[in-house]
Amino acid sequence: MERIKTLETRDLTKSVETGCGECQTQQCENAG
Amino acid sequence: MVHQYKLNGCNIVLDTCSGSVHVVDDVAYDIIALYKERGGDGIVSAMLEKYAGRPDVTEADLQECLADVRALEEAGKLYTPDTFENMAFDFKARSNVVKALCLHVAHTCNLNCSYCFASQGKYHGPDAGHGGRALMPFEVGKRALDFLMESSGSRVNLEVDFFGGEPLMNWQVVKDLVAYARSQEAARGKKFRFTLTTNGVLIDDDVIDFVNREMHNVVLSLDGRKEIHDRLRVDLAGRGSYDRIVPRFQELVRRRGGRGYYMRGTFTHANPDFTRDVLHMADLGFDQLSMEPVVCAPGDPAALTEEDLPVVLEQYELLAKEMLKREREGRGFTFYHYMLDLKNGPCIYKRISGCGSGTEYMAVTPWGDLYPCHQFVGEEAYKLGDIWQGVTNTALRDEFKLCNAYARPECAGCWARLYCSGGCAANAYHASGSIRGIYEYGCQLFRKRIECAIMMQAVRASWEEL
Repeated sequence: MERIKTLETRDLTKSVETGCGECQTQQCENAG
Repeated sequence: MVHQYKLNGCNIVLDTCSGSVHVVDDVAYDIIALYKERGGDGIVSAMLEKYAGRPDVTEADLQECLADVRALEEAGKLYTPDTFENMAFDFKARSNVVKALCLHVAHTCNLNCSYCFASQGKYHGPDAGHGGRALMPFEVGKRALDFLMESSGSRVNLEVDFFGGEPLMNWQVVKDLVAYARSQEAARGKKFRFTLTTNGVLIDDDVIDFVNREMHNVVLSLDGRKEIHDRLRVDLAGRGSYDRIVPRFQELVRRRGGRGYYMRGTFTHANPDFTRDVLHMADLGFDQLSMEPVVCAPGDPAALTEEDLPVVLEQYELLAKEMLKREREGRGFTFYHYMLDLKNGPCIYKRISGCGSGTEYMAVTPWGDLYPCHQFVGEEAYKLGDIWQGVTNTALRDEFKLCNAYARPECAGCWARLYCSGGCAANAYHASGSIRGIYEYGCQLFRKRIECAIMMQAVRASWEEL
């Protein structure tokens, strides 16, 4: 039976690649 | 690092370094807690013993759950190692781009709130010839905007917050500065995002029309219930301001047409039951709300005490539950700290570096002096430079560059460090005397808020399944 449900989240380790600095001093236009 | 907690009927597992969030049942919750300290066989026997009366907990089922946990680990969604720390120490080498300014257009105020960190707009009185009550001249503001555009490198989005004191006491200068910035946008390839914080006393039709046209966000100061608000937010004659400002706020919001705003309150030792004040604001018809703990000297009568802490922590939980209830009833509202976007939230660079105070974000006084942020204004040791010469105290700027999620040894074991970025430098300074100190009281409140915000996301996800 399914005992674990994983919510959809931004992968922080992948975000190392995707730092533009345009976000507000949060939504990120590059998150997807 | 993995953080597990139970709240409002949800079992939540947060994987700190990947950002993954798992909602699990009791069996998986226990398995994940034991996974790193016991082998698979030990876990299976422990679970069979603990859940002996449960027909759904079989050895085969437990092995399947263990396999799921193992798969999540291999996919980088559980027990993810921290590979970010070395990145944090490269931050000193990053560029000196400035992208946001807090313009102190008025170091004066028409209210006399005793808990005001800005000393009713005076910011700790005269120092080095610059202090006390003052209004920012247009020429200083214009030079500040030029400094921002010149210092922003290739950044397109620039932010300017009109702050005080009470910025509406210098209203014509605010309007003139917005007009000047707009006149420069196309030629310089920049986009300004303006915000304004006001106590509401001087709001009139002209203010409403201009703010609703030009301000990306507007922050309206209201502490909640009339008796709470009027206890501390009084004018110079000692009269409460609630009855004067609430109708003006309601009119501004009504005519704002859904654009961003925040009703922003401060709770103190007088109202640790602040959820009642948040709900009061919702009942007044406002639906974008914020309520922040007061930050002041420990001996101040308004300061939150250790006795207040369990009350405040429980209030955050009560608020989250009530918000979910109202959401289901079709009369929901947003609360600043619970607006966590798990899918489109900030990247790891932002999470490590935080607000950028003293580096990409600075405050400008009416005299053109630069400080790391609005909360350092008036602290002469924290003056960075001025808008004509730029940052001259580069050692201080470097200190702020390194002030991040990995700057404090106390944060190394904290699961929330990539949500708070190490916390607020000003709060740390005021609590410990060092910007790399710890404001532990604030940490406890922050962790509870994040737990509540993630729980709310888990509950909403369960609604979508139904």
